Amino acid sequence: MVSIVLVPEQIFAIGAMPVTNSLFTTWVGIGVVIAIVLTVRARLSLVPRGMQLVLESVYTFFANLCESVLGSKALAEKAVPFIASIFIFVFAANIIEVIPGVGTIGIRKEPAHDVEVPVEVTPPALEEFVPETETPTGYYAEPYQVAAPEKIIEEAAEEGHLVPLFRPPSTDLNTTLALALISVVVTQIVGLKALGVRYLSKFINFSNPISFFVGILELISEFAKIISFAFRLFGNIFAGEVLLTVMLMLVPYFVPLPFYGLEVFVAIVQAFIFAALTLIFIKIAITDHHEEEHSAQGRHV
Amino acid sequence: MPELKFIAMGLSVGLAAIGSGIGMGLLVGKALEAIGRNPEATPKIQTNMILGIAFTEALTIFALVIALIIRFV
Repeated sequence: MVSIVLVPEQIFAIGAMPVTNSLFTTWVGIGVVIAIVLTVRARLSLVPRGMQLVLESVYTFFANLCESVLGSKALAEKAVPFIASIFIFVFAANIIEVIPGVGTIGIRKEPAHDVEVPVEVTPPALEEFVPETETPTGYYAEPYQVAAPEKIIEEAAEEGHLVPLFRPPSTDLNTTLALALISVVVTQIVGLKALGVRYLSKFINFSNPISFFVGILELISEFAKIISFAFRLFGNIFAGEVLLTVMLMLVPYFVPLPFYGLEVFVAIVQAFIFAALTLIFIKIAITDHHEEEHSAQGRHV
Repeated sequence: MPELKFIAMGLSVGLAAIGSGIGMGLLVGKALEAIGRNPEATPKIQTNMILGIAFTEALTIFALVIALIIRFV
């Protein structure tokens, strides 16, 4: 039975801190990214080629994106390290899921005590001894063969289930939630720093009842952003992992190839979406709405 | 009852995909129209289109997460 679990399992512990397979994979991924960057940095050349070209194009792309969204080059230079780091980390976390071995190489644990071993599926010869409570769907009068899922669970319970050693970090809701929290909290801090206390007037505004209501909505929408960031990334990558696992289980040769292509595309797009949305929310946070209103009114006079 | 779980899984994603599909169809249609009018601005339009697609697709992904929770938790 394939191992599709929502919650990543712990594989070892460092002292009192449990280390799950997704945390372990995060460290490995970070290590690989740092190794690549340090190797490129050691032999920098004025005309980039190879990996240096790739890294420079990523940086240039985000520098241009930041400049076009934020407006000024100075602001873009302040924002690019954060935005590009988000992109690189999320891309590394996403792309791990298409590497062979991730999710398949693991430790086989003994039958867990919390796996419910259902009642045995009766072989046909012993039907006369079957009390009617043995069929799980006792509502049906005739013996209803739901043998397939339970037989699989039974076999899995006998041989234990596979705990993968590597699991893409983005399939762990903890990681995506942490990234979402970082994004939203940094947005608030940048807004507070740029506008001062007037940033809070976006949320708490007593000038007229409509603004008060809009402020409440804005506050709720900040929390909705956290949820939306976390679940968008988690859902895309976890569903992709489930899709790949199921496709490989059904037809192991050649047919999963388009799905691998789709997953690589999704990895790039989701990383870009995370970074670009953070950038746009930062832009919205540092934009002063009241000054625009006042200056617009001033021009009419 | 495991059968109800399967029905719930299928229904949740299927119904969510209706709205998302219509939304993305409108979005990409307008983006193509804009590209047709102004082929030089294609990279800008494409970037914003991908952004919009991620937003609308996120709603179906939320439904998919609920479906997976129904099945595996």
